[in-house]
Amino acid sequence: MKLTIGWLKEHLDTKKKDSELIDKLTNVGLEVESFENLNSDLDNFKVAKIIKAEQHPNADRLRICDVDIGVEKSVKVVCGAPNAKKDLLTVYAGPGSIIPKNNMKLTVSKIRGVTSYGMLCSESELNLSDESQGITELNTTKYSNKIGENFFKNNSEKVVDLSITPNRPDCLGVRGIARDLAAAGAGKLKNISDKNIKKKGSQEIKVSIKKEKNIGCTVFGSCLITGVTNKESPKWLKEKIESLGQKPISAIVDITNYVMLDLNRPLHAYDADKIDKEIIVRNSKKGESFEALDNKKYKLDEDMCVISDKSGVLGLGGIIGGTRSGTEINTKNIFLESAYFTPRSIRKTSKLLNIDTDAKFRFERGIDPQSIELGLTKAAELISEICGGKISKFDIQKIQKDKKNIIKFKISLFEQITGFRIKDKEIIKILTDLGFEVSDKKVELDLIIPSWRPDITQPIDIVEEIVRIKGYNNIETLEPEKTKIKDTLNKQQKLFHFLQRSVASKGYFETVTWSFTDSKINKLFKENLKEINIVNPISSDLDVLRSSIFSNLTFYLKKNLDRGFKDISLFEIGPIFKDSVPGEQLTVIGAIKSGKISRLNWNEKERSVDVFDVKKDVIQTLIEAGYDKQSFFIRDKSASYYHPGKSGSVYLDKDDIEPVAYFGDIHPNIIKKLDIKTEGLVGFEIYLEHLKDDKIKLKDQKTNFLYSDYQKSERDFAFVVDKNFKAQDLIEIISSIDKNLIRSIKIFDIYEGENIPDGKKSIALNVTIQSSEKTLEDNDLEKINKLIISTVENKSGAKIRS
Amino acid sequence: MSDIKKIKDEYLNKLDDDLNIENVNQIKTELFGKNGQISNYFKKLGSLPTDERKKFASELNSTKDELQEKINSKLQDIETKEINSKLQNEKVDVTLPEREIIQGKIHPVSQVIDEISCIFSEIGFSVEEGPDIENEHYNFTALNTPDNHPARDMHDTFYLDNNKELLLRTHTSPVQVRTMLNGKPPFKIIAPGRTYRSDSDQTHSPMFHQVEGLHIDKDINMGHLKGCLDYFIKSFFEVDKIKMRFRPSHFPFTEPSAEVDIGYEIKDGNILIGEGDKWLEILGCGMVHPNVLKNVKVNPEKYQGYAFGIGIDRLAMLKYGINDLRAFFETDYRWLNHFGFDPLDVPSNYRGLSR
Repeated sequence: MKLTIGWLKEHLDTKKKDSELIDKLTNVGLEVESFENLNSDLDNFKVAKIIKAEQHPNADRLRICDVDIGVEKSVKVVCGAPNAKKDLLTVYAGPGSIIPKNNMKLTVSKIRGVTSYGMLCSESELNLSDESQGITELNTTKYSNKIGENFFKNNSEKVVDLSITPNRPDCLGVRGIARDLAAAGAGKLKNISDKNIKKKGSQEIKVSIKKEKNIGCTVFGSCLITGVTNKESPKWLKEKIESLGQKPISAIVDITNYVMLDLNRPLHAYDADKIDKEIIVRNSKKGESFEALDNKKYKLDEDMCVISDKSGVLGLGGIIGGTRSGTEINTKNIFLESAYFTPRSIRKTSKLLNIDTDAKFRFERGIDPQSIELGLTKAAELISEICGGKISKFDIQKIQKDKKNIIKFKISLFEQITGFRIKDKEIIKILTDLGFEVSDKKVELDLIIPSWRPDITQPIDIVEEIVRIKGYNNIETLEPEKTKIKDTLNKQQKLFHFLQRSVASKGYFETVTWSFTDSKINKLFKENLKEINIVNPISSDLDVLRSSIFSNLTFYLKKNLDRGFKDISLFEIGPIFKDSVPGEQLTVIGAIKSGKISRLNWNEKERSVDVFDVKKDVIQTLIEAGYDKQSFFIRDKSASYYHPGKSGSVYLDKDDIEPVAYFGDIHPNIIKKLDIKTEGLVGFEIYLEHLKDDKIKLKDQKTNFLYSDYQKSERDFAFVVDKNFKAQDLIEIISSIDKNLIRSIKIFDIYEGENIPDGKKSIALNVTIQSSEKTLEDNDLEKINKLIISTVENKSGAKIRS
Repeated sequence: MSDIKKIKDEYLNKLDDDLNIENVNQIKTELFGKNGQISNYFKKLGSLPTDERKKFASELNSTKDELQEKINSKLQDIETKEINSKLQNEKVDVTLPEREIIQGKIHPVSQVIDEISCIFSEIGFSVEEGPDIENEHYNFTALNTPDNHPARDMHDTFYLDNNKELLLRTHTSPVQVRTMLNGKPPFKIIAPGRTYRSDSDQTHSPMFHQVEGLHIDKDINMGHLKGCLDYFIKSFFEVDKIKMRFRPSHFPFTEPSAEVDIGYEIKDGNILIGEGDKWLEILGCGMVHPNVLKNVKVNPEKYQGYAFGIGIDRLAMLKYGINDLRAFFETDYRWLNHFGFDPLDVPSNYRGLSR
């Protein structure tokens, strides 16, 4: 909502300074977005003085001028004018100015190697004269004490731009704003002069509102103004319309707009001669159509509120009029409409047809149903004043009785909500100034709500009215009380934050990417999850919710590879989506690693990243999160986007059904499809929801401190097994032989080749044996050795290597 | 007698020379070997008369001790010298680069969420979460925003079905609804998370982060709201004083509603929070609307309180001098490296919010 201070003062009797009014507006909840001259471009032209002019080193005809523009430092301007010399008073235009003659926008630029900040203007460039030879020369006596001032006097009034919240339709008119300011003590609201306009004769066009279900119009007021001469608006009216950045059209249109902006009372003027017999306000029928004033043809659905005549639809009530009955410059007789359309109907129709107009914006928020006659009076008066003509009596059709909304307001509610007190008298004054009719019932007030405030429906709204007018600065700042109701984070949240930092501590950069992604990439990673489309995506390559973290990670990995990075580790922790239903989402960590380890390293051999790099990271992360590595179980199956032979899944326990993590090389086909160029690409995923909370609490772990001081022994073994035999199984066999004696097993070599039969491999391992009861003697050790060998051979078909 | 002294002086002298281990061993043999000079004197000891023997033996023993001690210390000297010269040869260039540790980073949004949680934890708030996909009821209707409400236009919503029933939440406020429906008052929660609006330009991103706050109890009023936010803003920006302005605004789910601006100024191209005469809007808040309380089965006659919503990305930008919102979500390795945080920098109340 835009308005000028001058216009505001037509409704508000005030001695306050502009700046005070501006502050007041914001303080009562009418946020000031800007307060400036509409035509601020001209403010860029300053009176200036050349304090030094020297030859440009690279151009004979150019000069470099030091120009005093009234600020601390002079500016350098490169100038080609022959008359640019020391002490000349001239007009300077800074960077950003638009030159009136050619509408060119100035920027800081280099001219033959010297930077020039702005320009010195000729009279022709300023549209002052045709003089284009040389820059403007200003009269010394007149201008020497005006250096730095605006060269052009700006006559246009300053415009206030307010951001009006949707609950305040009354402030979409200047009068409503004035009323709030008056209530807040910034002046007095002027009375609207109740001039009796001459009304002669009845309104001859019959108007009826059809009593249909959900009819969107409840009151329809009208009058006829006959024998008018439509013309250009007078200067004052044009200036008013222009001051708000709108274009004047004709007196009749400008007047209806003026009344709308002034009182928030939308009106519509018809050419009465184009109306076929009568006006019928009714619901549309499916398939009806009309051409609107925006020159578009609209095809209507059922039950849209239309204004029609005998021949059909004239316009959409409260939204847009039609071309068939529009006023023109030669219009002689006017049918003026002032009606009430219901917000729900307006909103529904305009949404369906996708029309946005000033009138729609206002009716949608709620127009004062009791402003119908006021609007007709004010507009008719202006029309007859400017365009002549005779005004008929007003015709008001109503299908609903006016009702007064009443609220009982307990005064103590104010303090209960705001935490501070003000006197009852002041509360009553504020409400009265805002237009409430107040009857004081001591602890309670009976309030009749002003008809222009559809937003006020219950006592809490009254609290807001009082506190915003009184000022939010009166609210005390209370010390926060620290009582805690429950733990800050629950177990799952703790796990989230822990894992996030745990993964980052392993060299991965955390990123945050959209929850949506490109369906083409998502397909590569979605497995058997449902594709969830966004009906109105921001762009066609962000058209689905992600089914995996990897789609975005691989996309951005490629971007970084293209930037020249090679060894990249990225991760994200966030949602993936299983279905388009609230809650059908999982929290997942996705991490990827590309390129090499120890690239270009003087003391370590470089190698491509591989599955054991990510396995290390994922296992270590789980251990750090408190899970027991001893019970982890690895399967060599994972998701289809991993390399089938170089990937696996981690189960917290052998018997678990769902894996908590996947890890491995990314499938080469996917790398190829995404055109990712790197020496190696591996990744892992951890599913937070699958991480059960059965880990032992630290305090329980700590209290259970068991250790043995008896001597340890180590023995090495090498077994020849089938090539497909899993190391994990071998360890499992050995460790379950005697859990009390076998303390640890380390694989230190895997060997295939010479001396090992085809299809076999040798696994060499070191076993630590220690008793918690005694020092083991040679024969004890010998016994356990033999047991290890025989058990492994029996259970796995392995042969001890001799 | 004087022979022994002679031998002693001679060998002590010898041992002062620059010798190697072999030389010293040679001397050892010469003195204490089978036919060593000192050994030979010991052999003679038995043949001496008793009175002479005692005196001679004592002299001989002290000479032996002295020489042996000298030999030992000489040997030690030589060893030390040898080790030192060996070490000299083992010298490496310690200015060569160390073995590499790749430093990971935490995204500024995550860091700021942790900072916020830490601050609110101090004054008794707990963290709640809700789904990213919401239905129209939780996101709008239950929050007193019926479908004919113009406030819905202010949220450019991503929809997941043509009936506009399912959507990506446009704010974190539905978590209020879920929390209250699932529990009993009092409520004292914050809810950080992802939010979505189909809006994309220099200052808007289709996904961003918000933190919702909600405190409902029997007597929570606007003074508590002001106090809570004043505390939060000061703690977050790590300043003692902050210029803050509450001004009336409108949200369908709060009444009265307010927007909060903080003072700032631009100094040398940097934004300084808390001073100056410019205002920057940072959050919206208000007293939870009685209609919302009714919708979540909380009796508005008995309970009241406040709610607020803050843009997390915006806070991160202000605190850490990040200019471009869109860069948050573009995964530029250079950006992540520069603006990311060390994973060990966990905000906490005893170690401080940030370094």
